[in-house]
Amino acid sequence: MINLNINGVDHNVDVDGDMPLLWVLRDKVGLTGTKFGCGIAQCGACTVQINGVAMRSCVMPVSAAAGQPITTIEGLSPNGDGKVQAAWVAHQVPQCGYCQSGMIMAVDALLKTTPKPTDSQIDAAITNICRCGTYARVRDAIHDIAKA
Amino acid sequence: MNKVMKLGRRNFLKASAAVGGGLMLGFYIPAGNAAAAKDAEINAWIVIGGDDSVLIRVAHSEMGQGAMTGLAQLVAEELECDWNKVKTEFVDPRLNITRNKVYGGMATVGSRAIRTSHEYVRKAGASARIMLVNAAANRWKVSAADCTVKEGVISHASTGRTLTYGDVAEAAAKIAPPAEVTLKDPATWTIAGQPKMRLDMQEKVNGKAFYAIDVQLDGLLYAAIAQSPVFGGKLKSYDETAIKNAKGVRQIVALPNAVAIVADSYWEAQKAVRALPIAWDNGGNENVSSASIAKFLDEGLAAKDMPVARNDGDVEKALAGAANVISAEYRVPYLSHASMEPMNCTVRFNADGTLDVWAPTQNAEAILGAAARSSGIEPLKINVHLSYSGGGFGRRGGAAPGDYVDQAVAIAKAAGAPVKLVWSREEDLQHDFYRPISSAKMTAALGPDGMPVAWNTRISGHSILSTANPSAIKNNMDQGFLVLFHDNVYDVPNLKVDYAMRNTHVPVGYWRSVNHSQNAYFRECFLDELARAAGQDPYEYRRKLLHKAPKQLAVLEACAKAADWGKPLPTGQFRGIAQIDGYGSYAAAVAEISMNADGTPHVHRIVQAIDPGYAVNPDSIKAQMEGSVAWTLSAALYGEITIKDGRVEQGNFDRYRMLLMNHMPKVETVVVPSGGFWGGIGEPGGPAVVPALINAMLAATGKPQRSLPLIKRSATV
Ligand code: FES
Ligand code: FES
Repeated sequence: MINLNINGVDHNVDVDGDMPLLWVLRDKVGLTGTKFGCGIAQCGACTVQINGVAMRSCVMPVSAAAGQPITTIEGLSPNGDGKVQAAWVAHQVPQCGYCQSGMIMAVDALLKTTPKPTDSQIDAAITNICRCGTYARVRDAIHDIAKA
Repeated sequence: MNKVMKLGRRNFLKASAAVGGGLMLGFYIPAGNAAAAKDAEINAWIVIGGDDSVLIRVAHSEMGQGAMTGLAQLVAEELECDWNKVKTEFVDPRLNITRNKVYGGMATVGSRAIRTSHEYVRKAGASARIMLVNAAANRWKVSAADCTVKEGVISHASTGRTLTYGDVAEAAAKIAPPAEVTLKDPATWTIAGQPKMRLDMQEKVNGKAFYAIDVQLDGLLYAAIAQSPVFGGKLKSYDETAIKNAKGVRQIVALPNAVAIVADSYWEAQKAVRALPIAWDNGGNENVSSASIAKFLDEGLAAKDMPVARNDGDVEKALAGAANVISAEYRVPYLSHASMEPMNCTVRFNADGTLDVWAPTQNAEAILGAAARSSGIEPLKINVHLSYSGGGFGRRGGAAPGDYVDQAVAIAKAAGAPVKLVWSREEDLQHDFYRPISSAKMTAALGPDGMPVAWNTRISGHSILSTANPSAIKNNMDQGFLVLFHDNVYDVPNLKVDYAMRNTHVPVGYWRSVNHSQNAYFRECFLDELARAAGQDPYEYRRKLLHKAPKQLAVLEACAKAADWGKPLPTGQFRGIAQIDGYGSYAAAVAEISMNADGTPHVHRIVQAIDPGYAVNPDSIKAQMEGSVAWTLSAALYGEITIKDGRVEQGNFDRYRMLLMNHMPKVETVVVPSGGFWGGIGEPGGPAVVPALINAMLAATGKPQRSLPLIKRSATV
């Protein structure tokens, strides 16, 4: 049994410690907002926060996340209207939406440490792939949040 | 989404009962929902709730392009309902069978969702409005002509009475629809034509948006798959002893060209399939390589007497006598779709003989067809649960025959349990229906004024039609492969286009912007080479050649104006321009770049213009144009699927690179709808961007770039 604290709730899961956190979240805990895109830490669709830091859960063994606060898109804000989420709606960022859970979790983590990021700080921190190409709106939305 | 879909099932039950009933085995009605009793289906597209809610059915797929919102806007516009009360649901493809194709074609391909259905969906809205107003007039015993309607409230001015759509919906549903309806002049639109917020935004920022890959079921098992790496290969054998102690593994399922492993979790299935030694019968294509394919296409460029798609004047004669002849060969590679949601399909065989299927798709009817074909169950007993699709870009419609659905059906049948099959990214990139490889040889002669008097184009490449619809190929001609050439709008008196069909064993298919994606690059970059040889400004050069093509000219001019063409740029920055028509629309792009020290371009800004006839949602159009820039820059900069030993070399995003935030330029889009026609928006935006970029590089360096991608995968960036 591995104990996970996800979005403030404790879960005991009976899996091998090497199972990536992504698949524990999706297949065992039933939190499917975190997405699978590549499985090799290239795309960021699986991004969650651990202790507030953005992590790519597809390559993180679940054992490494045990006992630490894990936040997924479902737990980012009580009503799904956190500042990043609200800015995403205002800027109509998502297209297919599939990458956006990871994108939002990564941006939220960036803004925790860097509330007013420059373009190059954004470029360095946000390396998620959006195949629909929403990057321009992602950038605009981040700058808008920073201004507020 | 789930809530809306449940509502959908309820209505669907009622609807199917009305058209003969009895076929809805396996469906359930949520008990004790009083509000549902008052829901009234006014017509196939519209259900009005007793609470004034408006449910609009959408027959096309929503894969990010915004069609769900745009189609709802068109219906709501004519319906005159309160936009804030609009919800949508996807049409169950069985309804299209039982209702005699009332929903038209459901395939969401070719940027067609709106441009081919706008008329009948608007008519549905208008017709429902008339029925609702008539129901109110009947109740008041007044003439409908004396009633007005605004935002779902019907008023009788002289008596000051009002009724809402919800009040009269049940009565309206019993009224015969009007024989004729008059549609609004788009100039008077208040819901359509506006940059309305997309209806799928909220759930796409809180993790609740439902994709097929997210489905959860009691007793669900998970499958991972390994398909024959060489296209056309077959499974020979596998050594199961290698995974006999693997945790969670339930079953190995052998398919003709693949092995699937069924396990308690996807991770366990994936781990086991990677550990399983598999022997393949390669089927004879194991020696094909990118080099051998390139040779094959080059031979096509040089071949004699190929089928001709267009022959104006006498190109041979004009070229023979010309003093100033320019010739160039251009090449593009295979490309993969790589939609972010990998191929997946979940299948459940039910005890009562029905089947449930979840799959991302661009064509719900094709999924239904594939599931029926592979399960042997009749279509009306198959419930295709529709969801958002995490991208599509052509992979989940068109040429793709529902490969992942066939597999999931076979695996679930063998497992005797519901199974979710998910392709790894490696399977996704290595088993695609690729944007075809293609080469073009173009030769032109310039007259004394520098303008082209002859233009000969030979294209050599793998016909998509030969895979998608082989019976449509006559005399080795695939007209679509020559788009922008056989219908080239530039006024050149002697113009010839022919085609050397060179089909390989690599499957090809429709990839966003399809043949426009490479032909725009060929045509528009060669044209810049001509302008340069003539010493003329490429924008003015195009303007002269477009004197018989007013729509193309107008959008080119709008783009040039928005981009300040001709005004000075900071030192070291250069512009390029290009224009295309396609998918019913007209588009142009200007790229502003500077050159990096390593010879790669730094793209500062892309300015685009599009004339889609009518702009149903201007913000969605802008979003599509912005997305097209990222799509097309990924292809131009890095996109390359290569073949070695008969198989694809690229396995994941580490070797099939995508544009990231850091290389996304500023994008400005001007939408210039000129009215009178309905064009698409998902695909016209990309094709002009690549040649605009390459033409800017030509301006910067004086050197043409005649093959893509610009950054080969061996290079480091
Ligand atoms: S799925 Fe984890 S980075 Fe792509
Ligand atoms: S919104 Fe579709 S991949 Fe980002």
